[in-house]
Amino acid sequence: MKGLRVFFVGGYISYRALFGFLSPWVFVPTLVLTPIFQILLFAYIGRAAGARSDEFYVIGNAMQYASVPCLFAMTQTIADERFWQTLGPILISPAGRLPMFLGRALPVIANGLFVAAFSLFAGGLLLGVHLSGAEWLRLAPVLLVATFSCTGLGLINAALGLRIRETAVLSNVFVGILLVFCGANIAVDSLPAWMGHVGRALPLTHGIEAARDVARGASLHAVRGLVATEALIGILYGVVGFGLIRWFELQSRRLATLERV
Amino acid sequence: MRTLRLLAFSWLLHFKMLSQSAFDGFLAILWPLFFATVAFFMFRHGHRSGALGPVALGAAVMGVWTATSVSASSALQRERRMGTLELLVASPTNLAFVLLPVTLATSTIGLYCIVATLIWARVLFGIHVPVEHPLPFALGILGIVVTIGSLGFLMAVAFVRSRRAWAIGALTEYPIWLVCGFLVPISLLPGWVRPISWALGPTWGMRAIHAGAFGGPAWADAGVCFALALCYVAAGALLLGRMVDGARRAATLSLT
Repeated sequence: MKGLRVFFVGGYISYRALFGFLSPWVFVPTLVLTPIFQILLFAYIGRAAGARSDEFYVIGNAMQYASVPCLFAMTQTIADERFWQTLGPILISPAGRLPMFLGRALPVIANGLFVAAFSLFAGGLLLGVHLSGAEWLRLAPVLLVATFSCTGLGLINAALGLRIRETAVLSNVFVGILLVFCGANIAVDSLPAWMGHVGRALPLTHGIEAARDVARGASLHAVRGLVATEALIGILYGVVGFGLIRWFELQSRRLATLERV
Repeated sequence: MRTLRLLAFSWLLHFKMLSQSAFDGFLAILWPLFFATVAFFMFRHGHRSGALGPVALGAAVMGVWTATSVSASSALQRERRMGTLELLVASPTNLAFVLLPVTLATSTIGLYCIVATLIWARVLFGIHVPVEHPLPFALGILGIVVTIGSLGFLMAVAFVRSRRAWAIGALTEYPIWLVCGFLVPISLLPGWVRPISWALGPTWGMRAIHAGAFGGPAWADAGVCFALALCYVAAGALLLGRMVDGARRAATLSLT
């Protein structure tokens, strides 16, 4: 029961306290408007290049932009404890590490889901990409799994944030890598072979492919393989991320570097 | 003469500081490379792979705005956070002369981006950008750095009352890339966007650079680019006086 409280209540409070984008003056420009501009940018580049349809870029970029809250929020809600000098008191508390850190991921997933869904809706509205109610219903679980998976990468990012000072730079680098490799704007099959392999090992790639299939009318059953792979990648990244957090915690205790900023 | 010395030394000081920053220096160079890479692949796989030269040039110039948008818009907020804003306002030098070199330094960081992106395009994608007329090309580059620095100055002043100015600056990154025709021809955008493009100095700077590289008349475009930069500085200086007076009167200058 205590673990559940730490997971839900503690996670929510930590998220509200530490995720600096929650002020409307930051949230609206960065997580509501910017993804729409990213969609427009790539849709127009696509038109200029004579490449893919608008739908391709709307879905790809709406989902890729979910990586911004997933990476930044996950990192801030864990690594910023160090910045605010609260990491020590938290780590000496008897609360279990698993509910304490993973509980913070739940609001992050919800935020990522909102960003992806809203961008998809607004981008589609602006560029005339229509999705029916049934397609939205089928897309919802795909978006949820993709944001969950990306939050797994966010956990790794957060763990690295316990060692690296420049977390904003690190998060932006991960966002950039996802932009190039996860098939948001270039189909993974069109990338050079080695880039395709990297892309398939990253979160979002299978989710974006599944979402595009669903938008073309495929059933959830037809894309279950892609969704399952996406979920598996998310779990794998999450496990590695949590392991890294624990390892860095032990390392920082041993080296007395816990709160060095 | 003293003003020129102040501008030059202040620009150099901030340029050195920004060059050492992981966020304002390293990331500002790396970030546009991700977008350039995506754009190169998109054009290569599209029906217009012949346009890769102009795309490489546009992608290179994008970095100048990336380096400026967030750093410049939050320049005054940064001074406020460090506790130096009051000292700068109280000094006998006009605050505009203190702030302008800061934003010009941010856009100068963009020169790194231009070089890095052109090397990236050449080495990894085999894209060669010819420079048919080096002098207008160089003037275009100078024009884009000056006009973007000046636009950054105007933004820094306009957002001085916002504690989250960086977010507004970040918001402008993609629209400016799009509207100024860095990667997408302006003719492809809706008609109502074009007057906005014409009011933005980077549009004309990009045209001058393009003409310098691939041939065509560049001088008029470069002239408009510099003229718009002057307008931004004048507007920013006027606005800055009002903002500072307002903040002094309300005793809110140092509120973070």
